[in-house]
Amino acid sequence: MEISFLYEAKGQTLIIHMPEELDHHNCRNLRYETDLLLSENYITKLIFDFTRTKFMDSSGIGVLLNRYKQIKSGGGTVCFYGACPQVLRVLRIGGMMSLMNQYESKEEAIYRQEV
Amino acid sequence: MKKREIMTMKMESRSENEEFARVVVAVFAARLDPTVEEIDDIKTAVSEAVTNAVIHGYRNGEGIITLEAAIEENILTLTISDEGVGIADVEQAMEPMFTTEPEERSGMGFSFMEAFMDQVEVISAPGKGTSVTMRKKIGR
Repeated sequence: MEISFLYEAKGQTLIIHMPEELDHHNCRNLRYETDLLLSENYITKLIFDFTRTKFMDSSGIGVLLNRYKQIKSGGGTVCFYGACPQVLRVLRIGGMMSLMNQYESKEEAIYRQEV
Repeated sequence: MKKREIMTMKMESRSENEEFARVVVAVFAARLDPTVEEIDDIKTAVSEAVTNAVIHGYRNGEGIITLEAAIEENILTLTISDEGVGIADVEQAMEPMFTTEPEERSGMGFSFMEAFMDQVEVISAPGKGTSVTMRKKIGR
């Protein structure tokens, strides 16, 4: 059993530490666990941490897009940090850059989400 | 003139093989001395095609996916094929954002293949499986 995701919740903020390889295979548990956390907690700020992620494809975009819609419909915000060039390229082509803010670090993501 | 190099691999239709396939292709394509970005592009395109075969071709059931790769001069040609359900309307399937599962999938699979490779060709018919051929010139 591999542990691929870690979550950090602080108040209404949820940080999701994304896995190394973010493809269809790895998205399955991520989707399930994230939905569970979002349904059981009142989350208005969702932060994706891509620090560990070396690869992402359109399956990752599917996950991001649906979580984005969910948070946005409740008036919340979504952002990310730590994306490598491959992840950034996929986020760009997948149209995510206009939907979520990009930050340099976890600290900045938390701070900027608060103000 | 450099000799043409080819490889063929058959794998079970399992989501674990999405990563396996893109790593194999990345190693094969490394012979063309690609940039990191070119390798990333190729891996992304392979991942999309194999994922389509797993989810749509075989509907997450059993089946065999065939991966063929060829290097000729500085052109990498990849064919990913399945003998699954096939696609009735290829043109519609290739439209950006078209998906049969809007809840979970982005519908960007074919768009990504087209964005990351130079050329994408899809041959499919209901009950006959699907074959995706992609080409990319390495080193511009």
